Amino acid sequence: MSTTVVNPSANRRDFLRTGLGLLVGLALPESSRVLAQGRGTVPAKPNAYIHIGADDSVTFIITKAEMGQGTVTSLSQLLAEELDCDWKKVRTEFAPVDPALYGMQGVFGSQSIRTCWTPLRQAGASARAMLIDAAAQKWNVDKAQLRTDTGFVVNPASGARFRYGSLSEAASVLPVPSGVPLKDPKQFKYIGKSVKRLDTRDKVNGKAKFGLDAVVPGMVFAVLARCPVFGGKVASFDATKAKAVPGVKSVVQVPNGVAVIGENTWAAMQGRKALEVKWDEGPVASVNSAGISKMFADYVQQQPGAVAKKTGDAEHALASAAKKVDAVYEAPFQSHSPMEPMNCTAVVRADSCEIWAPTQMQAGGRNAAAQITGLKPEQVKLNTLFMGGGFGRRGGVDYISEAVEIAKTMPGTPVKLTWSREDDMQHDLYRPASYVKFSGGVDAEGWPVALTAKVACPSFFGGRPGAVDSTAVEGIHTLEYTIPNIQVDWRKADPGIPTTFWRAVGYTQNTFFAEAFIDELAAAGGKDPVELRRRMLGNSPRLRAVLDKVAEKSNWGKPPAGRHQGVALVNNIGSFTAMVAEVSVDKGKLKVHRVVCAVDCGHIVNPAIITQQIESGIVYGLSASLKGAITIDKGRVQQGNFNTYEVLRIDEMPQIDVHIVETDNHPGGVGEASVPPLAPAVANAIFAATGKRLRRLPIRPEDLA
Amino acid sequence: MAITFTLNGGKQTVDVNPQTPLLWVLRDTLGMTGTKFGCGMALCGACTVHVNGSAVRSCITPVSGIAGKTVTSIEGLSADTTHPVQQAWIEEDVPQCGYCQSGQLMAAASLLAKTAKPTDADIDEAMRGNICRCGTYSQIRRAIHRAAEIKGAKA
Repeated sequence: MSTTVVNPSANRRDFLRTGLGLLVGLALPESSRVLAQGRGTVPAKPNAYIHIGADDSVTFIITKAEMGQGTVTSLSQLLAEELDCDWKKVRTEFAPVDPALYGMQGVFGSQSIRTCWTPLRQAGASARAMLIDAAAQKWNVDKAQLRTDTGFVVNPASGARFRYGSLSEAASVLPVPSGVPLKDPKQFKYIGKSVKRLDTRDKVNGKAKFGLDAVVPGMVFAVLARCPVFGGKVASFDATKAKAVPGVKSVVQVPNGVAVIGENTWAAMQGRKALEVKWDEGPVASVNSAGISKMFADYVQQQPGAVAKKTGDAEHALASAAKKVDAVYEAPFQSHSPMEPMNCTAVVRADSCEIWAPTQMQAGGRNAAAQITGLKPEQVKLNTLFMGGGFGRRGGVDYISEAVEIAKTMPGTPVKLTWSREDDMQHDLYRPASYVKFSGGVDAEGWPVALTAKVACPSFFGGRPGAVDSTAVEGIHTLEYTIPNIQVDWRKADPGIPTTFWRAVGYTQNTFFAEAFIDELAAAGGKDPVELRRRMLGNSPRLRAVLDKVAEKSNWGKPPAGRHQGVALVNNIGSFTAMVAEVSVDKGKLKVHRVVCAVDCGHIVNPAIITQQIESGIVYGLSASLKGAITIDKGRVQQGNFNTYEVLRIDEMPQIDVHIVETDNHPGGVGEASVPPLAPAVANAIFAATGKRLRRLPIRPEDLA
Repeated sequence: MAITFTLNGGKQTVDVNPQTPLLWVLRDTLGMTGTKFGCGMALCGACTVHVNGSAVRSCITPVSGIAGKTVTSIEGLSADTTHPVQQAWIEEDVPQCGYCQSGQLMAAASLLAKTAKPTDADIDEAMRGNICRCGTYSQIRRAIHRAAEIKGAKA
């Protein structure tokens, strides 16, 4: 079998044996390289994105992972556009994990389209140029005369056509050209179109393989008993009763607890119920939610905080404001609760380790396995499977580490570790609880002149001592309003509850705080909430444009009888989003009838996927605003399943109208765009309906009564 | 203990603890992974299959209870992904992550088997037991209405 791959460097040829046909390698995407630099040096080796078979099949190598955000499809659109291939021939494969080849492999921060927009189009354009070169050589004509037409190279002068598949082998030995011009966006035929998702069919017939669906011959099934208190450890355990459960094969201690291994998952779960463990619960055992709230309040009261933003002299301006408003806002811990609980399958051998995982952090998972096993990262093979949701949770690799630890105790035997729903909810890495004390002032005409925000919350995003964790204040210190005097400061308060990124991260609580408080200032100054925001967005035309759009589309100021409107905005992940919620409150019962959203995410790749992602974020935001909260008692999470941590269901769905405002800007993200403004839009609408300010989430019936 | 039932048109005999939920027999014993584990308490609907034509939550259904019965899982909903709900789901491009969709499809197929032209209220009632964290609810609603049309046209 002849196999060929082209090296991007014209003067250094490097053949990888991967299959018949053309495989185009290109330089590492710059953005990926930048992201990867914090994690070690990345050599400038070629990577590969496109394989064209002799049968005309086009396989795109997807270096990102798919958790529903549509990367498999939208990244393929970027490649197909410039390659000018037939969309019906497109297949995809997840790339192997290889940071040296592919840069930072992970999906977080709504980055995939933003970072791949240029490099993947360049990859497609280069491959197309090579196919044209190959045809020019075969026909012995000037390549400038040739065109492509959806999977063919054509010679307009003669009418002759070559299928891409008939050229791929010849093209594969040609040098990869650099600086191939990209298409004018006016010529796009795939980008900007709502092409159907490539993974839908397998997701409606049971064939799609999620992490939990890994089937490895000889596999055994594990569950892990973990200390219910964060930070606790095993003091001692007695496995006698667990081992007596039918179907239980063995019980082993690992760093995170005691694993029960069975011939199926249910047997392992029954074994775990019978297992007797004494825990050394540690210091977090005395922590509860009321205490955490008091801790935050005390910190705000007692500590000056690290300054995240200082413009003008806010304290002085507050003292001389015509009217002053003070308010305290709070948000709880939140669980990610993706539909697929955490899980991982692993096998450890003397000289290798293989992992099957649904993860947002492929390279991180591989590295964690290497560290645990003592193997080199390149001896660890991580297979990327579909994720049944991620929302930031799968950026952690704790479930991978646990599976590898268990597999390490039984070399050669593949182990599938499954987390129950309760494991998933009670051992999540949570969206941090947070607390902020605002003061704001308006002048004699009612326009805001001063704003201070004193924030206290946990930190998971590192930083030097004394420095500000940007995820703790983003959404407040990033406000684009032209308020002349602003001070935002932050106190790190760590009650010992593990936290991490949660869809839209700090904006999820801080945009609620800030946009609800801006509404308080509007009311204090007697201003219409849209007009006030509009007036203060002189320096942010993109935010003002989406505000105008949402005001128009929601018929702002003229809601249907009995309904009330609230507005909120956010600028995050390179996109600009405005939202109006339409609610009614009848005898203390809240109903969200309609949510109208306008989003400017620059150039658009797939409008249908964008609309779905915006709707998805609104539903995620509704669950967190109206339904669930994670609370702590005795160092344990009090919720365990969807009966105690409720989420939005189909009968509670509002009408959602999404309006995409396309602009000629670099693409922004969309996965996290619509979560932040949902809560403040609803809270502001409740104020319009009832005159009550909702200053804590989730919204409780007693707060409406 | 050996238990025999019909799965997707073929006879299956499994030798497991009879208390084992059907979900884990399908997934772990038989390697049929289209049916998903979501909650283990019949709260989310991800594990929905049909037993003798009715939608049940396989995560709380002991396999002993299905001896002699007929089970259809997502893999057996149609031979070639052409059941009206599958066609409609493809037309509407419903799935995002897709994990809950096997259960959503099985619940929707069961609804349509009983109610040819479901109203929005019928859909709320039949589908409120199926959680989707990606929030595909409006696409699901549209797809069920569309599936009813497809099914009506075929009939």
